[in-house]
Amino acid sequence: MTVAAGRDDSHIVIPLSGRAALRPAGRLPYVAGVTPTTDTAPDAALATQARIDAEIAGIREEYDAAGREETRPRLDYAPYRSSLLRHPTKDLHHADPEGVELVAPVFGHRDVGPAEADLTIQHGGDPVGERMVVTGRVLDADGRPVRHQLVEVWQANAAGRYIHQRDQHPAPVDPHFTGVGRCLTDADGTYRFTTIKPGPYPWKNHRNAWRPAHIHFSLFGTEFTQRMITQMYFPGDPLFALDPIYQAIVDPRARERLVAAYDHEVTQHEWATGYRWDIVLTGTHRTPMEAEQ
Amino acid sequence: MSDPTTPLVATPGQTIGPFFGYALPVAGGELLVPASHPGAVRLRGTVYDGHGDPVPDALLEIWQADAEGRASTAEGSLRRDPFEFTGFGRTPVDPAGRYTFTTVVPGATTPGRAPFVAMTVFARGLLDRLLTRVYLPLDEDALAADPFLAGVPEDRRHTLVATRDEHGFVFDVRLQGEDETVFLGHGSPA
Ligand SMILES: [Fe+2]
Repeated sequence: MTVAAGRDDSHIVIPLSGRAALRPAGRLPYVAGVTPTTDTAPDAALATQARIDAEIAGIREEYDAAGREETRPRLDYAPYRSSLLRHPTKDLHHADPEGVELVAPVFGHRDVGPAEADLTIQHGGDPVGERMVVTGRVLDADGRPVRHQLVEVWQANAAGRYIHQRDQHPAPVDPHFTGVGRCLTDADGTYRFTTIKPGPYPWKNHRNAWRPAHIHFSLFGTEFTQRMITQMYFPGDPLFALDPIYQAIVDPRARERLVAAYDHEVTQHEWATGYRWDIVLTGTHRTPMEAEQ
Repeated sequence: MSDPTTPLVATPGQTIGPFFGYALPVAGGELLVPASHPGAVRLRGTVYDGHGDPVPDALLEIWQADAEGRASTAEGSLRRDPFEFTGFGRTPVDPAGRYTFTTVVPGATTPGRAPFVAMTVFARGLLDRLLTRVYLPLDEDALAADPFLAGVPEDRRHTLVATRDEHGFVFDVRLQGEDETVFLGHGSPA
């Protein structure tokens, strides 16, 4: 088999090569390029898709039986192998936000140039792929627009390849596409990017694992507690059911909040297809009067 | 709330994944002030996983008041002017899981509360961001009197308080296991 060395976990090998072998079997995080020679680590890399599917289904059945709605991803989600050693085991400790947590960093035109919102014009040539516009509004839980705030995106190119030294997926790099964009929301909370539709890509969570096409989004609100990073997906992706990162949001309605809608009003005549995706940050803690200031 | 309708449900987070390194880090993102600043201190540490191994692909952000306890409203956290304090820092960890910020000791923002540096943790394998606070070991009385810290179980409180070294402070982040860092939830108490 061809191993796309460097996908996702492989860099763990670099500084820690001797130590990985000392991990107890069964909790061994997947190490790229290392094929287990014994069956002592059944949860390691080369689980089949069927095995992952069964784990996803089992968690989903437990969730349905429990009857308590979840709106966020599980942090402890074993089908996503890299989460095994990286999820807190204790509950989040409730804290009433105070001090700087009640405000957020300010970004402005000094930080972000207008051309950074167009990922197709950064390299003096047209990137390959389906040109698309993605736009939407950033709102807080009360429906108020998050105004003049930073939105950052990064993504693979049309072939599913990132411009990142650890991405060794043997798909072509596009010399005209980096896949990084930034913009500020407007007074209505609207962001807008012009880009190329990213391709799906393989990763090493399990054998023949593929991520549904997605764009990574990084968002700030008006309070630091609203900070979040997420991924936007495309409607009808056949990889949704197979992807443990997407399925880590166990509630189907919750995970569908990450799927953009095709919007013909956004599509541009003879130029680009259009997608709309609104983002809701968590609630703010200030009183309405404070929030208006 | 001024709006009587049901609050909107927040969009779920997702992992930062492995490929943020060419997108999110910015030049000087770890320098809230230059090292030559008269009040400069170093805040450093290591991010560890549940086996105690360093996490080599985390991204940390900090957000804090200035030395007088004021939250900055200055732009420029992505394109820095060393003479302007924005209060925001962002840095990836190195291949050994280590990070270093250069900053100032935050002043008090709220009477009766110990000042802290707010920290956000992102990593591949971490399905949503984690929030925590870095309290500094400068005024033991203020720490002892802080009502939030008093509500944290005593055997875990130390995970929120940095230790000192010759240039400033050390704050390790333990995602899991013994001495797991206290991470914060800011929604309604469960
Ligand atoms: Fe990705």
